[in-house]
Amino acid sequence: MSVRPQARPTGPKPPFWRDRAKRALIFQVLLIAAVAAFLLYIIGNTQANLAARGITTGFGFLERTAGFGIGQSLIEYSSQSTYGRTFLVGLLNTLLVSALGVLAATIIGFTVGIARLSPNWLIARLASGYIEIFRNIPLLLQIFFWYFAVLQALPSPRDSLTLSELVFLNVRGLFLPEPQFLSGFGLIPTAFAVAVVASIALVVWNKRRHEATGKRLPAGWISLALLIGLPFAVLVVTGVPVTWEVPELRGFNFRGGITVIPEFLALWLALSIYTASFIAEIVRSGIQAIPHGQTEAAQALSLPQGLVLRLVVIPQALRVIIPPLTSQYLNLIKNSSLATAIGYPDLVSVFAGTTLNQTGQAIEVISMTMAVYLIISLLVSLFMNWFNARVALVER
Amino acid sequence: MTIRHEMLPERPAPSLTVGPIAWLRANLFSGPVNSVFTLLGLYLLYILLTPTIQWAFINADWIGTSRDDCSREGACWVFVNARLPQFIYGLYPRAELWRPNVVFATFAVLIAWLAIPRLPFKRWVTLIALIGFPLFAYAMLYGGYFGLPVVETHRWGGLMLTLVLAVVGMVAALPIGILLALGRRSQMPIVKSFCVVFIEFWRGVPLITILFMASVMLPLFMPTGVSVDRLIRALIGITLFQSAYMAEVIRGGLQAIPKGQEEAAAALGMSYWRRMGLIVLPQALKMMIPGIVNTFISLFKDTTLVMIIGLFDLLGIVQAALSDSRWLGFAVEGYVFAAFLFWIFCFSMSRYSQYLERKLHTGHKR
Repeated sequence: MSVRPQARPTGPKPPFWRDRAKRALIFQVLLIAAVAAFLLYIIGNTQANLAARGITTGFGFLERTAGFGIGQSLIEYSSQSTYGRTFLVGLLNTLLVSALGVLAATIIGFTVGIARLSPNWLIARLASGYIEIFRNIPLLLQIFFWYFAVLQALPSPRDSLTLSELVFLNVRGLFLPEPQFLSGFGLIPTAFAVAVVASIALVVWNKRRHEATGKRLPAGWISLALLIGLPFAVLVVTGVPVTWEVPELRGFNFRGGITVIPEFLALWLALSIYTASFIAEIVRSGIQAIPHGQTEAAQALSLPQGLVLRLVVIPQALRVIIPPLTSQYLNLIKNSSLATAIGYPDLVSVFAGTTLNQTGQAIEVISMTMAVYLIISLLVSLFMNWFNARVALVER
Repeated sequence: MTIRHEMLPERPAPSLTVGPIAWLRANLFSGPVNSVFTLLGLYLLYILLTPTIQWAFINADWIGTSRDDCSREGACWVFVNARLPQFIYGLYPRAELWRPNVVFATFAVLIAWLAIPRLPFKRWVTLIALIGFPLFAYAMLYGGYFGLPVVETHRWGGLMLTLVLAVVGMVAALPIGILLALGRRSQMPIVKSFCVVFIEFWRGVPLITILFMASVMLPLFMPTGVSVDRLIRALIGITLFQSAYMAEVIRGGLQAIPKGQEEAAAALGMSYWRRMGLIVLPQALKMMIPGIVNTFISLFKDTTLVMIIGLFDLLGIVQAALSDSRWLGFAVEGYVFAAFLFWIFCFSMSRYSQYLERKLHTGHKR
């Protein structure tokens, strides 16, 4: 049955403000005009202010010599380097602490989240105590605590805490032995690459064979053995072409080895511990979101416990876990900007701090800093959308 | 053959299946692995708690006026005690402390009224809390009205400033957030894209860069000669930041309202603002309260960042007190005290939000 639309009732035409389309048009034109007027006003003011203070705009300052040192840098940097270089150093330091923070927070978070669901009353209580304590204390306070109350209270280099004279911890930071690769070490990464390719091939072949014949090998264990065993075998065969440079106390500080500055340690600890408490809650609710019937159904099919987890619970839980997990990772990256409070040379501290103060180019520096974080956020959201589209339940 | 005509008396259940022993067996020692975990957990608890309790309570010094009253064997709460007015009120003039106290008390009464479900007139109290109270608090804290002497904002600090930042940020962000969330669902393409860009921009950057922007770029945006108070600058930054997060919470709440509700309202001939104000938002806002409380908790914790741009909130003033030469070396006490205050606030709010979630979800739970 189809109903033909009735003709409009005749009569006087309603005034234009009763017409939804026209009203929307007018409203949007007004919005554009307001935003444009606001921007023009701001730009005008800014130009007048900049002229009054004698600041020239533009990105030319990036070519000038910075003239200050940075405590930790992953690339070549000296006080003779340019401001552009300080941007790169800061960015890399931000990415370093974020990457290591994400790693540690994931490990702690998953452990605590699973412990929270433990049938053991005490373990579950300990885990929820951890979550409730660290989630409800501001991150900046935790960073200060680790930096000023713990790491600054460590003994001087002479009385360092040490782990069998290889690893040293003192008020100047953590000192680790550094591997020195001799000639012939190149074979080991090659062996590892070969092992990776072989494991992928094995997994694919095993899956096909399983689907065709129903027989399967424990591919996971074999791959693990390959991945660890092959490089190790090559290492032994080539006669261990690695020496370790152990840090040594010379004068007032340690020389040699890898130095982890206390600012990094404090920031990394606080970020990992704080974010882990949120990840733990995400993991717990993700696992709890799987109805118990799913587990029971899988057990009724007589799947062993490991496969119940791997094939039924985890894939469904991950669908719930991953979106909030990514936004926690994003939070961690953004929170790493708190580095500036304790002087870890991250992007905000080096670039939006020292460089901004020295050059006075507030607009350029702040926009570049914000752009970096915006780009990271956009990339992560793109990934999220892609992932959500991939794992979304296909319903009817 | 004997027939028993009365029931045997009930015997107590075997002691291994009820009571504390059964509970221990079921929850702590149900198997070898579990028993090992329990013992490990107990050991962990022992090595963590014993020194903490000894430090914080048993060996601690509570009374005194200077650092000489501290034995240094445990915590020196004398430091916190001596600095308590500063931690709470900042540098607010001592003679005027009754003013923040009145504001605190009013605030506590309003919050309690809103939080306890049984009390009536919720709508009116909400209105007072959102509109009347901020004006009242401003008049009381800043002064200049009713013959109260003016207290400049640079003398504000401590817990008072933390609460001011969080509450103002929240109250100012709520209407902006509602508009942004409605705009993001709008049919008008320009309004929609404007709102999306606005929300995603402020959500994409760290609060600290926003605060930096507010403190170094905002003066450039103003007409020459106009200077903005540092507290106001921080508040503008926090409000913009918070409104974006608030918009996302509100959008989530709006999405949970079935479309039929709005369509039914439209069928009754209601205009857009009536549909939103009378039908959709009242239902959505109720469902959003837990989410709003959660964003408030993160805002409350994030206010600590204002110390980086030179305001003395609770953490800022504790940090400043630690560098006082008369009280060097009491960092742990200061941080523990600040952490304890923050924790009390955040924990009770999160418990309240969980309680609300349970209360609101009763009908839908499977």
